[in-house]
Amino acid sequence: MGHVQPELNLSPKVSDEVRKTTCYMCACRCGINVHMKGGKVAYIEGNRDHPVNQGVLCAKGSAGIMQHNAPSRLRAPLKRVGPRGSGEFEEISWDEALEIATGWLKPIRDTNPEKLAFFTGRDQSQSFTSFWAQNFGTPNYAAHGGFCSVNMAAAGIYTMGGAFWEFGQPDWDHTKLFMLFGVAEDHDSNPIKMGIGKIKARGVKIIGVNPIRTGYNAVADDWVGITPGTDGLFILAIVHELLKAGKIDLDYLARFTNAPVLVNGDPKSPEHGLFLRDDDGKPLVIDRVTGKLTPFDKPGVKPDLAASHRHAGITHRPVMHLLAERYLDAQYAPENLGKSCGVSAQRIKRIAAEIARVAFDEAIEIDQEWTDFRGETHAKMVGRPVSFHAMRGISAHSNGFQTCRALHVLQILLGAVEVPGGFRFKPPYPKPATAHPKPHCKVTPGAPLDGPHLGFTHGPEDLCLKDDGSPARIDKAYTWENPMSSHGLMHMVISNAYAGDPYKIDTLFMYMANMSWNSSMNTSGVMKMLTDTDENGDYVIPRIIYSDAYSSEMVAYADLILPDTTYLERHDCISLLDRPICEADAAADAIRWPVVEPDRDVRGFQSVLCELGAKLNLPGFVNEDGSQKYADYADYITNHQRRPGVGPLAGWRMGENGLTEGRGDVNEGQLDSYIANGGFWTSHVPDEGLYYKPWNKAYQDWAVKIGLYDAPAPYIFQLYVEPMRKFQLAAEGHGDRQPPDHLRDRIKATLDPLPIWYAPFEDDRVDTEEFSIHALTQRPMAMYHSWGTQNAWLRQIHGRNPMYVPTKLWEAHGFKTGDWAKVTSAHGAIIVPVAHMAALNENTIWTWNAIGKRKGAWALDKDAPEATKGFLLNHLIHELLPPKGDGLRWANSDPVTGQAAWFDLRVKIEKVDAPDETKPSAPPIKSPVGQGPDELRWKVET
Amino acid sequence: MTQLPKTTERKMGLVIDLDTCVGCHACVVSCKGWNTENYGAPLSDQDPYGSNPSGTFLNRIHSYEVQPESGPAQLIHFPKSCLHCEDAPCVTVCPTGASYKRVEDGIVLVNESDCIGCGLCAWACPYGARELDRAEGVMKKCTLCVDRIYNENLPEEDRVPACVRTCPSNARHFGDLGDPDSEVSQLVAERGGMDLMPEQDTKPVNKYLPPRPKDMLNDGPREEIDILAPLLAPVVEEPKGFLGWLDKTLEKL
Repeated sequence: MGHVQPELNLSPKVSDEVRKTTCYMCACRCGINVHMKGGKVAYIEGNRDHPVNQGVLCAKGSAGIMQHNAPSRLRAPLKRVGPRGSGEFEEISWDEALEIATGWLKPIRDTNPEKLAFFTGRDQSQSFTSFWAQNFGTPNYAAHGGFCSVNMAAAGIYTMGGAFWEFGQPDWDHTKLFMLFGVAEDHDSNPIKMGIGKIKARGVKIIGVNPIRTGYNAVADDWVGITPGTDGLFILAIVHELLKAGKIDLDYLARFTNAPVLVNGDPKSPEHGLFLRDDDGKPLVIDRVTGKLTPFDKPGVKPDLAASHRHAGITHRPVMHLLAERYLDAQYAPENLGKSCGVSAQRIKRIAAEIARVAFDEAIEIDQEWTDFRGETHAKMVGRPVSFHAMRGISAHSNGFQTCRALHVLQILLGAVEVPGGFRFKPPYPKPATAHPKPHCKVTPGAPLDGPHLGFTHGPEDLCLKDDGSPARIDKAYTWENPMSSHGLMHMVISNAYAGDPYKIDTLFMYMANMSWNSSMNTSGVMKMLTDTDENGDYVIPRIIYSDAYSSEMVAYADLILPDTTYLERHDCISLLDRPICEADAAADAIRWPVVEPDRDVRGFQSVLCELGAKLNLPGFVNEDGSQKYADYADYITNHQRRPGVGPLAGWRMGENGLTEGRGDVNEGQLDSYIANGGFWTSHVPDEGLYYKPWNKAYQDWAVKIGLYDAPAPYIFQLYVEPMRKFQLAAEGHGDRQPPDHLRDRIKATLDPLPIWYAPFEDDRVDTEEFSIHALTQRPMAMYHSWGTQNAWLRQIHGRNPMYVPTKLWEAHGFKTGDWAKVTSAHGAIIVPVAHMAALNENTIWTWNAIGKRKGAWALDKDAPEATKGFLLNHLIHELLPPKGDGLRWANSDPVTGQAAWFDLRVKIEKVDAPDETKPSAPPIKSPVGQGPDELRWKVET
Repeated sequence: MTQLPKTTERKMGLVIDLDTCVGCHACVVSCKGWNTENYGAPLSDQDPYGSNPSGTFLNRIHSYEVQPESGPAQLIHFPKSCLHCEDAPCVTVCPTGASYKRVEDGIVLVNESDCIGCGLCAWACPYGARELDRAEGVMKKCTLCVDRIYNENLPEEDRVPACVRTCPSNARHFGDLGDPDSEVSQLVAERGGMDLMPEQDTKPVNKYLPPRPKDMLNDGPREEIDILAPLLAPVVEEPKGFLGWLDKTLEKL
């Protein structure tokens, strides 16, 4: 047959219309173009103009059409009619649903608001949900940061006024060495992939530090397959090498950090370890020019890193002395780490040398004048082009806070933060811990809480304790158990409420938090706590209200379901008051808007809160005449003002002479302006403000202008975190507010104001010879939490999650392809399929997170591989440490922040005969939405 | 059987960078979305919420572990789709003329109205790059988004395959590999771009850029260290000495 070509239409019509909104398939918040045909969603691609993703889009985002149309979408409000956990519901009207909720919540508010615990899994409307909870008056509010990565966030903010996460980024255009620690690939994932692409194109080296070599670590030029929980040791060994070689940026340390700040060195003093301050409370340094004590921020001061000061018989030494003494000590020498972190001394030295070479021999300069907060003008911007990024891998350990701190101290010693080629903050950061609120917990029946729930403590006086010293919050956040728990402890809420420790609650109200499945430690235990009854036959946790868009595992455990919309059917704001979408060069925020209307009887959760708030007569949600203040969330987004002129959205506000940005009055057309602009707003940082932001006058002035701060707030980086020392002093017996005796030693040991490393707590409680293997989870790039499995396209990519076993263990146990293993921890056992993986730390096994599903959930067939072969590692991890015999409930959490220590887990493994399905296997729950169709041929015709 | 054109005017194709591909599957799903909605029959899915979900994909990512003689194992992410071969055996084996290679740009396509779903082309392709759609009964394959790359309804910058437009790490490049001056040809020249399975004599148009050498900062012999990363020379050996060094160094600032 000869060559024959048919005629093709090379320019088919793509769509009727493109509607631009914001993705919701993970925490990235990329801009998307939703192509519409005949009023239906036909195709989703990245928005090229958008600051976050610049046109690209990941697998999850591109599969949004399957998420939006998933058969697991809830259809109407539900009232439980069977026992909890059965999944038996009846559909009810919204009027009835809101009447039930009001009937439960109003008496609580009138008598004792702490009886409501309100926690949100998705935390992208946190400034709104916290506003609601604050007006309700309960102290029991937080989002999911406590079981996610609060160590990373809190360590970053306490140390340098900003964190990694999506709150900062490497200077991708200038960096010459990028080092990545234990990353979770779901935060800032497209920007990180784009950045990796950029630096790879320039041939820049990437060093990946992760027990598992997948994803970003697979493309790293050098891979450090570190032992889980030992990153802090590795980092401090690098610090040791750099100090010993004098490869630190002394000029930067003197100008921009508390390295020169003087510290009380008298062990007998009640101020031992605290800063020497002037009468205004300003930390003091010695000026190299005058040799005199001087406030750190005085114009013209040249802070001295070397001189100490003796006053009233007490020697005060600069932080730099304490730091050098600690890390030059031989215990931090690479040679002395032994095999504990799984990296040889030689390799640590080579990596330290490479970091030093790039930082100091390849320093870069940008010809850009700038003026610092002391009034000194600099002709150039000088940079140390070494950049770092880290996330949950180093964070989710009981030593995570100190490890994250260690990494930031390393960055700062190099002078590689907020400089060209280093790590850069994104607005509203930099913002030091002192500029954030403190936590509030004062409950008054029938009235709002006395202030915002979450914030940063600076000493014992800021803890959330009742007058009798007991915890004010159900999750025991901001108590002596975890005094700096800036995100709360969502993972302890159900456990504590069940135990009545510190007190019982009446109603648990949760939003998008799959607590009876992948979002809890000790999943089977949590199911029992949610269904257990007291001696009267009543549920121990009396009432549960839950809002979700989908038929998740948690739905079955609630008494009342408030069905949410999909992300294409709702209003949202990605706000500067919350977790915005800024880039290092620009402030930016964004919206979601209903590009299609729901075809079910569902409502956006935030709109429901507006109505519920009005029914409960919450201040902030009612007008003076008692009528509902915000008709829905869109109305709130447009009309709410947090401070005069500052609302949820910064773009297109109303100024005296027309439209303005940042500060301005309400503009009724604001959302239309966002929609016309593609769903987002940006405002560029002036060129002279692009680097050195915490100290840069031009940046600070710009930040005030657009409403990030009310006055310039320059500060210095906290190598030494004084608030930690204040908690230690209390533990040593100083001050009025004293910790219970059983916590004194732990506080003294772990709240060290300079980073330390200690072994993960689980190591002290289990036999590490018997449980010699570390077990981890990672989330695949193409899935997000539990959502992906309902997605017909994504579940074909990640429908199974074997336990990956490294070569040494694979061979030692005689595993073969298709084998199963029993994996046992001190807490429980699971029986799961195994697979061999060579690119893995030799003592670590791992699996993909949250692929495993409960039978009957997510509109999947009961024989879905996610339910029969998939599994959760959560069954092996308890929210409490193994009992010590002292009768106390010790949380399996970081002692500073309360972060859930997921990755401290130790296990043993043995080969077993293949069962029918993974164990444990929970019985099926009845699906409130039926099951998905047998075939998809998803073409939207016009 | 079906003839190939003697020559094509251009050799449009993909250059895929295995040093940069993080294995995120963005290209896989973007391709699925565009080609479900566009060229020919939708890419169907069978048992999509059931025990054995399967569907038609025109582009898939495979991951391979590599264990070098020394040093740690590596993981390579390997995206695979039709390579639009110059000597495409899938075309010559086609009994109906449904499979063909375009003269203008070398893209290999299936004319679905002539395809009888016999599957010979899938057997003939050494790369396993064709998939029979079980709902439609026709052969599906990468079209290099022929309905995007010339599409006047799209902005000019979007006239690239969906997988290239969406790739977050910029590991996928599109262009004329017949033009030695094109950006893709230059990238292939600079980075040592390779043919997949050249011994099959299919002359694939698509090229792969190999991963760069890895793990150079490992425990090598001493000589190697000095070349690659001289170790840091200490200025001090103990904390007291450090403070003296500090003072001296500060004087120079």
